[in-house]
Amino acid sequence: MTKIKDATIPTIPVQARLSRWFGRNLIRIYAFFGFTYLFIPVAYTFAFSFNDSGKSNLIWKGFTLKNWQNPCGAPEICTALGNSIKIGLLATIFSTILGTMIAFAIGRYAFKGRSTSNLLIFLPMATPEIVLGASLLSLFLVFQINPGFWPTVIAHVVFCVSFVVVTVKARIASLDPRLEQAAMDLYANEFQTFRRVTLPLVAPGIAAAALLAFSLSFDDFIITNFNSGTLTTFPKFVYVSAARGIPAQANVIGSAMFFLALAIVIAGQLISKKTKVSK
Amino acid sequence: MSSILSKVKLPYLLLLPGFLFLFTFFILPIVNLAQTSTQTPIAGGDTGEYEQTFRFANYIDAFVENREQFARSFIFAICATLLALAIAYPLAYAIAFKSGRFKNILLVLIIAPFFTSFLLRTVAWKQILGEEGFVVPPLRTLGIIGESTTLTSTSFAVVLGMTYNFLPFMTLPLYASLERIDPRTMEASGDLYANGITTFRRVTLPLSMPGVVAGTLLTFIPAAGDYVNAAILGNPNTKMLGNVIESRYFRIVDYPTAAALSFTLMAAILILVTLYIRKAGTEELV
Repeated sequence: MTKIKDATIPTIPVQARLSRWFGRNLIRIYAFFGFTYLFIPVAYTFAFSFNDSGKSNLIWKGFTLKNWQNPCGAPEICTALGNSIKIGLLATIFSTILGTMIAFAIGRYAFKGRSTSNLLIFLPMATPEIVLGASLLSLFLVFQINPGFWPTVIAHVVFCVSFVVVTVKARIASLDPRLEQAAMDLYANEFQTFRRVTLPLVAPGIAAAALLAFSLSFDDFIITNFNSGTLTTFPKFVYVSAARGIPAQANVIGSAMFFLALAIVIAGQLISKKTKVSK
Repeated sequence: MSSILSKVKLPYLLLLPGFLFLFTFFILPIVNLAQTSTQTPIAGGDTGEYEQTFRFANYIDAFVENREQFARSFIFAICATLLALAIAYPLAYAIAFKSGRFKNILLVLIIAPFFTSFLLRTVAWKQILGEEGFVVPPLRTLGIIGESTTLTSTSFAVVLGMTYNFLPFMTLPLYASLERIDPRTMEASGDLYANGITTFRRVTLPLSMPGVVAGTLLTFIPAAGDYVNAAILGNPNTKMLGNVIESRYFRIVDYPTAAALSFTLMAAILILVTLYIRKAGTEELV
């Protein structure tokens, strides 16, 4: 055994080879640990969704599928989930429409006030969530609007819009202007060019922005906590029940969301690959 | 069609609905918050009833009373930002240059934990680091931590939780700016006899600065205003400014102090961010 090794690579001792392998792959090893750090709590949440735990899901008591068979088993949990999905969808629709329009204006046109517009888009992202939440609640209180469903939707649109603008704007900036010029050369009018060339090219950016908006809205706690009043959302449910033990059904829903989102993203990638190939 | 006129107007028409919305639900609330911050309780009024007296001393009172939490917010946020940078930079570098055909999958994996509610993941950390988790008992057996030392309810746990929760915000902009670097610039540096460290220091790092700036801001700003990690992973002595604002608002209904603290936090963040951007010398932020 050693003889063969000696014959093939005679001059470099094992130790040196090991350290060279480490040197070359150091960054990969590091990245591996980085991903492990990212996924430890996800794996933990998934594992404990199978825990036969009773009320508080703190200690491993045995494997069961019953949490997955009955995800609404914990009181209020599916109401909270339903609210989160409704709020998330509405916030996504509004913020994607408003944000995409702003992104086109800023990304496509030179006009007076462009840098002020950029600043106005940046500010909500530079404002801590707690300040956004508290200031909106104060405003609602002044106008005697009770916190609840619609105030929460509005609050979510406020912080989602900027992220939509940034995402769509990046996509617009990466477009080749010659494609639109070509369409115009072929006698397409402005509207046709926009609908048949520009919009399809920007669409993946808009889709990514919408997905981002939904995940930001769905997962938001701080702003929601300020503006939702007695309405429960999924993150609020988790936060409130954290004190007395979170039911395993919450882990089921968290894990299901994870796999669902992963499936959507992978499907999206496959579709975009397919369309690229067919083109 | 009066196309010149419509060309001038079109961007404004596109901006109008969004900016009307942002004006009503972002600018107006902030102005209103500023107004609230100088109010005082109505003499003989109920709790939660305030009148405008332009008492700017509210700011001084609020700051002096909570300077400890204020300092802690910034120290924790800076620690979490630096830690996240140290973890995310090699991660982003590996994805950008060393991942080959797995690039897209790895990128998705960076964002994927987002979809399991961040609260669930934070609570998971609490249990992982807790007495019955899989970290403390082995460390005890090995004698690395003492019998009475705990990992949860500590500053360490709060910073770890914040680092964890904001890591994707750091990784994605870093990746975006690293990915834009032409690998030939690094090869050229190597051809000119720079070793790996010099190439990194003189070529890669400067070229990735926009990503470093964007990533540290996207991590630092939410971290400084966070209170969830401190609430779940900390103890009463690790309270941050966010915890104070939250309890002033909901438990004590002391709106003026909450507003003054919010404003101080926002101002401090904006000043720090401006100084930082000046120093880092990047204009293109978003």
